[in-house]
Amino acid sequence: MQNFTYHRPGSVEEAVQALSAASDGTLMGGGMTLLPTLKQRLASPSDVVDLGGVAGLSGISEDGGKVVVGAMTTHAEVASNAIVTAKIPALAALAGAIGDPAVRNRGTIGGSIANNDPAADYPAALVGLGATVRTNKREIAADDFFTGLFETALAEGEVITAVAFPVPERAGYAKFPNPASRYAIVGVMASTGPAGTRVAVTGAGACVFRASAMESALGGGFSADALSGASVSADDLNSDIHASAEYRAHLVGVMARRAVAAAG
Amino acid sequence: MPTVSMTVNGRSAAGEVEGRTLLVEFLREHLRLTGTHVGCDTSQCGACVVHVNGKSVKSCTLLAVQAEGAEVTTIEGLAQNGELHPMQAAFKEHHGLQCGFCTPGMVMSAVDLLNTNAHPSETEIRDWLEGNICRCTGYHNIVKAIQAVAQGQGG
Repeated sequence: MQNFTYHRPGSVEEAVQALSAASDGTLMGGGMTLLPTLKQRLASPSDVVDLGGVAGLSGISEDGGKVVVGAMTTHAEVASNAIVTAKIPALAALAGAIGDPAVRNRGTIGGSIANNDPAADYPAALVGLGATVRTNKREIAADDFFTGLFETALAEGEVITAVAFPVPERAGYAKFPNPASRYAIVGVMASTGPAGTRVAVTGAGACVFRASAMESALGGGFSADALSGASVSADDLNSDIHASAEYRAHLVGVMARRAVAAAG
Repeated sequence: MPTVSMTVNGRSAAGEVEGRTLLVEFLREHLRLTGTHVGCDTSQCGACVVHVNGKSVKSCTLLAVQAEGAEVTTIEGLAQNGELHPMQAAFKEHHGLQCGFCTPGMVMSAVDLLNTNAHPSETEIRDWLEGNICRCTGYHNIVKAIQAVAQGQGG
């Protein structure tokens, strides 16, 4: 890892200042992806701005019928929080199956979605539940936030502060994890509620996407049986040593049925 | 260079580090607490697990400066007054180790498990150890040791 100047701001404003003053700065949440990336020298920023000292970015609350998760809230906190387990148990289950316990004690929801790894779990949660990303500048619908491989709608100097999830009537998540990394080879979040009926797929493509044929199939009834016959095309899906595009397309169907069956 | 200060095993520790200095490097090379091991250096294997503010973390994937002001506990901090911690005693009693390389991280993870869930099932123990890799034992005796402590039969 090449050396960098480390900053530990106490507010979002200070973080933005440190970032704008740096020649090639980067924000850090929990560091669970950033630090391995720096070790491999896939990135060599001049400055690392750690959000770990910013007050008010961590914690979970209810706000106008939504569950609001602060950007620096760890996966372990989301998995065990009383509000999340009561209102959106599928979200708690998703967070509790990311990585391993020590990673879940450090990794954050804001860091995960800002990175937008194509195999990460949280993008499926945000899109599959119709969440809204809150930043220091605006609110961004999850459908507009994830724009491509490791790409998001975040602008320069824009910092995620929280994610607001509407409470679904029913929601379930199922993933087929890579047995080594626990990243999703395919993960599907299916829900129905105030954000409509949604089926969001991670791990299969370059970026999380909604399976519209499956959403239509569920429109007549939110049951696993309704999905029989609904499928996604293997065109444009990922193909690698772990799974071919055709196998991933098959897994999307299996995981979607399991997600709906698991929905509480 | 940044300075960092934290409490390690109940004692104040401070030093000058680079921004990129990892917590495990600070523990091993600055404080000479070499009980915490570096296995994979990629946050996979768990040999480097320590507690930061009471929670298990992989110290190879945490900057020393991120632990500023934190309470850090390493494997050296578990034994009290010359008495092994019950988890250490149980690993010894139940032969929960062979070569011992993964053991510091295993023990620190296991202690955090029982702090979080005092009576885990065997499945919950095995799930919890997902981030701790042992190349020798096949995990059976590690699980037995943790079960023994959970049942109040440590050591």
